[in-house]
Amino acid sequence: MALSPPEAPYPAWLRRLFFLLLVRPVLALILGVNVRHPQHLPRQGPALVVANHNSHLDVFVLMSLFPGSLMPRLRPVAAADYFLSHGLLSWFARRVLAIIPIERDSRPGRRDPLAPVEAALDAGRIVILFPEGTRGEPETMGPLKHGVAHLLQRRPGLSCTPVVLRGLGKALPRGEALLVPFCCDVAVGEPLPWDGDRRRFMAALQERMAALLAELPSSGWE
Amino acid sequence: MTLPPTPVLAVMAAILGLLVAASLASAVISRRRPGPDAENLRLRVRTWWQMVAVFLVALVVGRGVSIGFFALISFLALKEYVSLIPTRRVDRRVLFWAYLAIPVQYLLVAMEWYGMFLAFIPVFCFLLLPVRMLAIGETGGYLRAAGTIQWGLMTTVFSLSHAAFLLILRLADDPGRAVGPGLVLYLVLLTQLNDIAQYLWGRSLGGPPVAPKVSPNKTWAGFVGGVASTTLLGTLLGPLLTPLAWPASLAAGLIIGLGGFVGDLNISALKRDLGIKDSGSLLPGHGGILDRVDSLTYTAPLFFHFVYVLFRWSTYTGQVQWPGWP
Repeated sequence: MALSPPEAPYPAWLRRLFFLLLVRPVLALILGVNVRHPQHLPRQGPALVVANHNSHLDVFVLMSLFPGSLMPRLRPVAAADYFLSHGLLSWFARRVLAIIPIERDSRPGRRDPLAPVEAALDAGRIVILFPEGTRGEPETMGPLKHGVAHLLQRRPGLSCTPVVLRGLGKALPRGEALLVPFCCDVAVGEPLPWDGDRRRFMAALQERMAALLAELPSSGWE
Repeated sequence: MTLPPTPVLAVMAAILGLLVAASLASAVISRRRPGPDAENLRLRVRTWWQMVAVFLVALVVGRGVSIGFFALISFLALKEYVSLIPTRRVDRRVLFWAYLAIPVQYLLVAMEWYGMFLAFIPVFCFLLLPVRMLAIGETGGYLRAAGTIQWGLMTTVFSLSHAAFLLILRLADDPGRAVGPGLVLYLVLLTQLNDIAQYLWGRSLGGPPVAPKVSPNKTWAGFVGGVASTTLLGTLLGPLLTPLAWPASLAAGLIIGLGGFVGDLNISALKRDLGIKDSGSLLPGHGGILDRVDSLTYTAPLFFHFVYVLFRWSTYTGQVQWPGWP
């Protein structure tokens, strides 16, 4: 497993410092993130956190929802084809964010794309996953991929906490490099139990996330 | 760092005393009648403590910090406004330039450049932000986008920056006297107390609403009682905090009472138009920052121009700005 050992050899102090000095101040001042129901967030691993995805800022907001002490335990899942595409980005993604890179196109014959995620969960990590698989159109939630359900089927006791983000797709949408300040809203839902059926579970997850989104002030483009 | 004059410090101490009283009252209510109302009051008072602490520290530390404080308020208010209104994706870059107007406007305050301070947003931003929009070339929704962005800049940046300009005023006949902190404290204190007085008079007396379509809970009793209380308090505090004698202080109190009421309604109408209750959630128990500075967007420029024509002013760099009445 050359791609991602469960214990990526990254220094935890680097990301704690990076979040303390840069990410948290920028999020607090430039954006101003308002979080609803933070009490639903998992306090220990292994746990799965799933969120909608509109912006490169999403992963920073999700990670900063957790206290600094949990920072070394967080592992966001990210697309290998994008984040390992060049040297500096790859270094940052692996060393600072400690991503779990996965292959997006799982053709038959490839090895199991979820294996590194399972390994991280077995090591007691809190895994952050974007089931849409891509940032997509700004501020709209696309269909969810079924990887979450596969993971829960294999580990039925795992908690799966849905989180929805709004406003970040306006502040820094796909294809833009200029960050424009917008207020952002986050809602954390109650963990969703595994009910034994993949399709039913995905429908319930989609419904729970849509309900959470409806709770937040709307923020689409005109 | 030079401390503000003694009367200013005394009024600051009185404000802290009021907050202590509010905290005690809130604790008593929480014990006697616990519930969502008591919890909301507790949050409200706690947020008041934080806002007052930041404001008073900014005012005491010095001019630069106080100007920076108002720049921050403008930024938070503009961000909240821009996040609430419908915007076009193509205008992201225009909005970015609109944000840049904030450091420029407050730099003009710090530079004491009165003419440009007055002209920058109403003239230059008004003319130049559309140029950026024309470069993008999207005409669908053009007028609405240009109009709403300019409205936001006028309300959250231009208007509020008048409070900061008070800080650099000096009396031409008595340049050694630091009048800025007293004027700002007078303006902000009366504006906030006016909000509270209108609410309390309205709640205790009830009666018909002033503007039923815009804000059904603002009653005539609240309006008249609030303006009267603010005028009375303004008359008492004016000679203490500002160079105004009592008749001018009475007029200033009246201006702040009336202006505050309209400013409050102005943002209420905006929120009703957008179909929202609170402008945001930055200040627990209060709502958003626009909910807190709505009155100030009217009282700051009105009070500024009122005191501006009453005296011969100079600034810290010594230019005489207003020749005075002939």
